[in-house]
Amino acid sequence: MQQLVAYTVIGLTTGAIYALASSGLVVTYVTSGVFNIAHGAIGMIAAFSYWQVRFEWGWPAPVALFAILGVLCPALGLVIDRVALRGLAQATEVTRLTATVALMAAFIGIATWIWPPENRQPFRGFFDGNNVSVLGVNVGWNKIIALIAAVVVAGGLRILLYKTRLGIQMRAVVDDRSLAELNGARPARIASASWALGASLAGLAGILLAAEVQLNVVPLTLLVINAYAAAIFGRLKSLPLTFLGAMALGLTEAYLLWGQGQSWFPETIGGFSTSGLRQATPTIFLFLLLMLLPQAKLRAGAARVRERSAIPQWNTAILGAAVLVIGSIAVTGMMTRSNTIYLIQALIMALAVVSLVPLTGYAGLVSLAPLTFAGIGAVLMSKMPGDGNVVSLIAVVVVVALIGAVVALPALRLEGIYLALATGAFALLVSILVFNQGKIFSNGVAEVPPLRLPGVDLSQPRPKAIFLSVAFAVVGLLLVALRRSSLGRQFVAMKDSPLAGATLGMNLVRTKALAFAMSAAIASLAGALDAGKVAPDNYTFDRSLPILLLAIVSGVGSIGGAFFGGMLLGSNTVLASIVPSVSNITQVMPGLIGLSMGRNPNGTASQIATGFRPVTSHPQSLLTALSGIGALWLLTSVDIISHWGFFAALVIWGLGIVPNLPALAVTSGRSRALCLLIAAVGMGIAAFFDDIFEAVPTGGRLLAIIVLFVVVGNAIRRIHTPVAPTSKSSPDLMGLTGFTPEELSQSDRAIKVVP
Amino acid sequence: MTALLEVRSVAVRFGGVMALSGVDLDVQKDSITGLIGPNGAGKTTLFNVICGIRQPTTGVVLLDNEEINGVPTQKRSAMGIGRTFQRLELFTTLSVFDNVLVAAELARVSNPHAVAREQIELLGLTDRADTIAGELPTGSARLLEVARALAGRPRLLLLDEPASGLDDVETQQLGVLLQQLKSLGITVLLVEHDMSLIMKVCDQIHVLDLGNVIASGTPDQIQHDPSVIDAYLGAVR
Repeated sequence: MQQLVAYTVIGLTTGAIYALASSGLVVTYVTSGVFNIAHGAIGMIAAFSYWQVRFEWGWPAPVALFAILGVLCPALGLVIDRVALRGLAQATEVTRLTATVALMAAFIGIATWIWPPENRQPFRGFFDGNNVSVLGVNVGWNKIIALIAAVVVAGGLRILLYKTRLGIQMRAVVDDRSLAELNGARPARIASASWALGASLAGLAGILLAAEVQLNVVPLTLLVINAYAAAIFGRLKSLPLTFLGAMALGLTEAYLLWGQGQSWFPETIGGFSTSGLRQATPTIFLFLLLMLLPQAKLRAGAARVRERSAIPQWNTAILGAAVLVIGSIAVTGMMTRSNTIYLIQALIMALAVVSLVPLTGYAGLVSLAPLTFAGIGAVLMSKMPGDGNVVSLIAVVVVVALIGAVVALPALRLEGIYLALATGAFALLVSILVFNQGKIFSNGVAEVPPLRLPGVDLSQPRPKAIFLSVAFAVVGLLLVALRRSSLGRQFVAMKDSPLAGATLGMNLVRTKALAFAMSAAIASLAGALDAGKVAPDNYTFDRSLPILLLAIVSGVGSIGGAFFGGMLLGSNTVLASIVPSVSNITQVMPGLIGLSMGRNPNGTASQIATGFRPVTSHPQSLLTALSGIGALWLLTSVDIISHWGFFAALVIWGLGIVPNLPALAVTSGRSRALCLLIAAVGMGIAAFFDDIFEAVPTGGRLLAIIVLFVVVGNAIRRIHTPVAPTSKSSPDLMGLTGFTPEELSQSDRAIKVVP
Repeated sequence: MTALLEVRSVAVRFGGVMALSGVDLDVQKDSITGLIGPNGAGKTTLFNVICGIRQPTTGVVLLDNEEINGVPTQKRSAMGIGRTFQRLELFTTLSVFDNVLVAAELARVSNPHAVAREQIELLGLTDRADTIAGELPTGSARLLEVARALAGRPRLLLLDEPASGLDDVETQQLGVLLQQLKSLGITVLLVEHDMSLIMKVCDQIHVLDLGNVIASGTPDQIQHDPSVIDAYLGAVR
């Protein structure tokens, strides 16, 4: 009996912490419409900062608490609202979701940077060591404070929302944003206020939780999963239900903890260990709640989609595939063994990123679990009989595709944020309940056999790298075929307007399931082809986040974008392992890149692709571009320029100069000469790269190359580009020839022609 | 004359509001039937009920004497119901041609490309076939909605304010097109605020106000119905 009381108290206090976190989440969601994936990360940052000022610098607890909850957290909330999310009000739900995923990744990066995991002083709770006796059970003060805080916050929120001017405005904005605005409320300010409040609540929860579980970046960040579960219980609206959900969750966890110590509790179910069960409780809770949500209603008024995906053309696709394969044959010929292994990692990443092209790029569905499917692929490949023959690989791909469809099926009734959360919950469940099983990864590793192909030894880096680029090229071409097919059009149509699709006869559930199956199948390749010893850590939820980020940032609608994103991720790890001093920057980078979304929702690659389009339709320029590459190849094969020089020159030529060739062809006079001079200098620096950057390590060199191509490319573009005439032939623009496109769109905005 | 569509005492409740309270109306085969009424009268809600996007709280909808209440939205297009949307629901990132092509493919017609070309030509959009739908001016976008609905080979076409955003010439052309569709054996149910278009093309008109049908009849009867003038038309134009 006493034990039961003890565990009930534990459950209630844990529930109280969850309630604090989830009430913050609900408050920001209802007033700003942004579901903050980074909510837990804010709590994590707050907990670390509190530890810093309280235990490292020895501030008294009240001062420390005020500094964190009264100053730092609200400031953080304001900055997020003002800086990171402002540009995204009109963006699609996918984009907004990605922005908060980016925040989360950035916070994780920043925390590991500032507070590297090492021996540090313990995080002590409030009045540590003093206990109170409740019904004969000793309870620590930290737990009592958590309970009191939850009660105070519940009461405080109630008063805030119903008795204060700010709170009434908040509720008005939730009810009808534009009506509230007409009556003098300022939705933007109110959203900022609620972000500040939400961040403080997250911080409080983070600090209280850290006292219970100690400082650890990822577990504290995943506090958000518990908050989600409770918030979904309250349907993201009702605070009382949210509190109730949080308490239920806390109690379930506590009773499971108690049960696991009892003899009657089964240690295994169906041969699987139940040790991860308690840890997985919130996730299971979340998953079940999501499944129980009513079928998403078809809603009119599709989001105004700023993103667009051009239909890939066969000639560019085949050209791209050929360049990739030939390029990788050429490049790997002169790379060292260790660099080839880095290339292999980048290609694996590219495969994982490209798995999101049909799902997110075409069909507009977000998955937070691409690497989970890769992990399942790796595990199946390692268990499959046949020691890596092609039939096993096909079987693996088919099975993972089926798993993808089956897992997605119950989740398909959901939309947008709920669907994304369900995939995230799935990723966590697989990590905790499946990948942690001893029989899945024995001793924490699985041995994925290399694929056996006649006449090729894929256990060697070079053939493996070439094979992977062939695999990527094939997948890319298949995706081009998909996008050009009837099914591909249906995917895009579903993204643009599910409502119109349904009225035209589209079976939305079937279409979504197909998109998930295809994505899972491609992702499984990223696992099954990654031969060698792999650990479950490679396939965790938090590793999937950068994949999604880079996919979206580099342009998830295009295969080139996916390749670009994969390479970026790959080079990021290369940077980190070669130059440890920049490894912290590389951890923060995906997050920071993600935050640039507001400016360019189409992704980086599409910008670059737009630059190349004129080249492919201008034979002279195309010929010049290709002969340039040929010349470089010749120079390096007779050892006039070094491998580094070749690589640098290739990048400068390909990304900096080639896109400008068509324009250069029609430019004349001094500006042409100036452009050619800049190009020559750029190529010169590149060609003698090794001599100039002799003392610089690889990471610095990569950085230098990037800077060089950006500078050369932009300089040339600035000089030759005349003011672009309006190219639109719309009758609306009749007679408006004297204006630049910017001026036209400005006036359009001013007279509200374009919403 | 037989009715292709029968709406029998359909009521729809949104929380405490009755959007439709017991609507009865018929749409005769091979006719153009107008559905008019002030904003908020329940016209679009009725369309949603007919397409299966919303289930009626009470009442039934019959298509060709067959009750279709439980049929999911996506199966209704195969039964011959097509529609356009008042708030445009185009596939904004697809080209004009692909918008129509998707519809033809979903309808499983034998030669979708030809069907799509045909509809685009019918609506006069051939010059813009390669334009991205999201970049169309409103008038053309409305016409594209019609073309897309037609590619699904409907028997019953529900048009939700197709003339809003069209200029006078385009509206006139739309009127001609509607007559043309009628002669092709397509029944049209038309929601529209342009009274001259409604009065010119419709065989039969139903007037909806506050969720009730307050009058039904020929254009001539409706124009002189005192309750309609009171609720909607105002002074006779």
